[in-house]
Amino acid sequence: MTDTRNPAHLRERHRSEKIFRFAGLGAITLAIAFLGTLLVSITLSGYSAFQQTRIQLDITLPADPESASYQDLVKQALRATFPDVSQRRSKKELYALVSTGAAYEVHQFARANPARAGTELEIWLTASDNVDMLIKGKVLVDDEAAVRRLSDRQISWIEQLTTANRLEKQFNSNFFSNGDSREPEVSGIAAALAGSFFSLIICLILAFPLGVMAAIYLEEFAPKTWLTSLIEVNINNLAAVPSIVFGLLGLAIFLNLFELPRSAPLVGGMVLALMTMPTIIITGRASLKAVPPSIREAALAIGASKVQSVFHHVLPLAMPGVLTGTIIGMARAIGETAPLLMIGMVAFIVDVPKGILDPATALPVQVFLWADSPERAFEERTAATIIILLVFLMAMNLVAVILRRKFETRW
Amino acid sequence: MNSLTISSPEQSGLLHLANLNMDYAKSMGIAPERSTPKIIAADLNRLEVESLNVWYGETQALYDISLNIPQNQVTALIGPSGCGKSTFLRCLNRMNDVIETCRIEGQIWFDDTDINGSQIDVVGLRARIGMVFQKPNPFPKSIYENVAYGPRIHGLASNREDLDRIVMESLEQARLFDEVKDRLNAPGTSLSGGQQQRLCIARAIAVKPEVILMDEPCSALDPIATAGIEALIGDLKDAYTIVMVTHSMQQAARVSQKTAYFHMGQLVETGTTDQVFAEPVDARTRDYITGRIG
Repeated sequence: MTDTRNPAHLRERHRSEKIFRFAGLGAITLAIAFLGTLLVSITLSGYSAFQQTRIQLDITLPADPESASYQDLVKQALRATFPDVSQRRSKKELYALVSTGAAYEVHQFARANPARAGTELEIWLTASDNVDMLIKGKVLVDDEAAVRRLSDRQISWIEQLTTANRLEKQFNSNFFSNGDSREPEVSGIAAALAGSFFSLIICLILAFPLGVMAAIYLEEFAPKTWLTSLIEVNINNLAAVPSIVFGLLGLAIFLNLFELPRSAPLVGGMVLALMTMPTIIITGRASLKAVPPSIREAALAIGASKVQSVFHHVLPLAMPGVLTGTIIGMARAIGETAPLLMIGMVAFIVDVPKGILDPATALPVQVFLWADSPERAFEERTAATIIILLVFLMAMNLVAVILRRKFETRW
Repeated sequence: MNSLTISSPEQSGLLHLANLNMDYAKSMGIAPERSTPKIIAADLNRLEVESLNVWYGETQALYDISLNIPQNQVTALIGPSGCGKSTFLRCLNRMNDVIETCRIEGQIWFDDTDINGSQIDVVGLRARIGMVFQKPNPFPKSIYENVAYGPRIHGLASNREDLDRIVMESLEQARLFDEVKDRLNAPGTSLSGGQQQRLCIARAIAVKPEVILMDEPCSALDPIATAGIEALIGDLKDAYTIVMVTHSMQQAARVSQKTAYFHMGQLVETGTTDQVFAEPVDARTRDYITGRIG
C-alpha cells in the first residue's frame, strides 16, 4: 500500500507546531522576565526600610515619668554628647540629628520601666530620616547639601557617633508598630495592616456565605427561565464593573443613606464584599457545574432530597473550587484601592484601629499616600509596604493551592 | 410484600383479564379514580402504567405506553437506542423531574396511588423504588459510607450496630461483602467496575426498596463482571421487583421473565420473555431480535 498523502504537507504541519511551541515559550519567558524585574526592583528599593538608623544617648530618666519635658531631656543628652556645641544655630542642627519622635520614645520607655526612674541609662533613639538616608546610602556625603539635607557639621557629628558605636542600623520596629506619620522615620503600616485585616474579615463574612448560597441556588435550584438568565448575565456584568463604581455606591448608600461611619473598615469591608461576591458566585457556579451529574442522580435515586444531595454530596466536591475562587476574590480585594478612596479610607491615620468602626486605612491606600509624599525616606517605605502586600497575596494564593490539593477528590 | 408467584401462561392470561378490566373501567369513565373493586390479578403487578405520554420540550419521547410490571420478576425493556426505554424507566421513580423541559401525562399506579400525583412525596417514593445507573456512580466516600448514607438519611437505623448490620446485609445481598469486608473504609471509587456496580446495588438495597430500576447496569462492564451482576439480579428478584433496560438481547433472554419491546417511543410488543423471543408477533420485534435492525 502506498501512502498518497503529500509529504510536504506533513512537514508544514511539523513546522507550524514548532513555531507555536517557540511562541508559547517566548510569551512565558517574557512574562517571567517582567515579573522578575518587578519583584527585584521593589525588593531592592524596599528592603532597607526594614532597618532604621538609631542613635544611642545617655539619658537620666525623671523621677516622675509624667511631669518631665522629654524634648528637653533628649536635647540635654545631645549637648552632653557634643559639649563643644554652643552656638544657637549649630545646636539646632545638632537637635535635628534625632527624630522629633525621640522624645515620645523616651516617654514610653520611662512609662514602661517605672523602676528605673531617676537613673541614667543608654537608650537607642530613632535618628531623623536625613541621617537614616545617609547611613543607608540613599544620599551620599559628596552630594550637594541641598540634596542630602545635612550640613557638613552634622556629617562630622554622624561620623563621630559612628566611630563611638553610638549610631547603627537596627531592625525597624516602628514600621510594624506605628501608624502613619508626617515624619518618615516614625511612620509605620500598623494602622493600614489592621484596617486591611478588619476590612477583609468583614468582606469574607459577608461575601463568602452570600456568594456560595447564591451560586448554589442559581446552579442547583433556580428554574431556568428568562429571569434567571437575566440575573446570570448581570452577575457577570457586576464582576466586570470598575471597582471605583462600587466605591461610589458605598458612598451613596452606606455613608449617605445608612449614615455608617466614614473611613471605617466596616464600610470598606462591605464595599469589598460587593466587589468580591460576583467573583465568588461565578467560580462557585463553575465548580458546582463541574461535579458530575451522576453524583446528584445517585443521591436522588436513594431518596435524598434536593437539599441533601447538594449539601451532602455536590457541595463537598465543589468546595476546593469554591474556596479557590473565594481566596482569589479576597486577594483581589486586599489589593483594591479605588473603592476605599471613595468611602474615606484614604485618611491620614495615626492611631492603630482597634475595631471595625475606628477610622482606618488599608495597605494599598497607604502605598498610594506614601507614593505621593515628598520625603525621600517615604520612597523605601512605599516599596516596603508593597513587599508586605505581595507577601500577603502570595500567602493567600499558597493557601488556595494547599486547600485545592487537600480537598481534591479522585474519581 | 406479596410473594405469590404463578407460572407464566396463567399469569399472562390474568394480565390480559386485568387489562380488559381496565379498559372497561376507562370506557365507563371511572378511571383513573379506580373506584372499581380491585381484581386479584392486579395484586401481582407492582406497578401499572396507563397511557403514559412524555415530552422533552416539543419532542414527544413516549406515546401512550401502558405496561404492567409484575411483582418479584425481572422485566426487561429492550429496543434500539433512543426508543424511549430509559425515559420510561426514569418515569417510574420520577427521576425525570430533574429534567426541566420534561412533561409527563398518564398514570403510574403504585399501591393504588398515582406516583405522578401532586400529593406524592418524591423522596419517599424513591426510597421505595430504587435505581441503579448505567455507569457505576459510587459516592467518592468510603465503601461503608456509600451503603450507610441511604439508611442514615431515612432514619432506618436506630444506632451504630443497627447501621453496621444494614450495611453488612446489603453488601452480602449484593454479593460484595466477602470482597470488601477487610476494607470497608477504602474509597468506593477504588473498586473495580463490576464491584462498583455491585456497591451501587448494595446502596440501593440498603434503603429497603420494593422495586429496583436498572438502567443498562452492565453496559460499562466486561463479560465476567456482567455475569456476576446477572446472577445477582437472578437472586434479587425473589425479594424485589426489578425493571431493567438492556441493549443485550442475550441478557434480556437470560435474566428476565417479562420483556417489553420499545420502538420510536412506542411500546410495540410485550409478553413473557419466552414468548417474545420465541414467537414475536410484531414484525419490528422480530427484526430487532433477529438482529436485522437496532
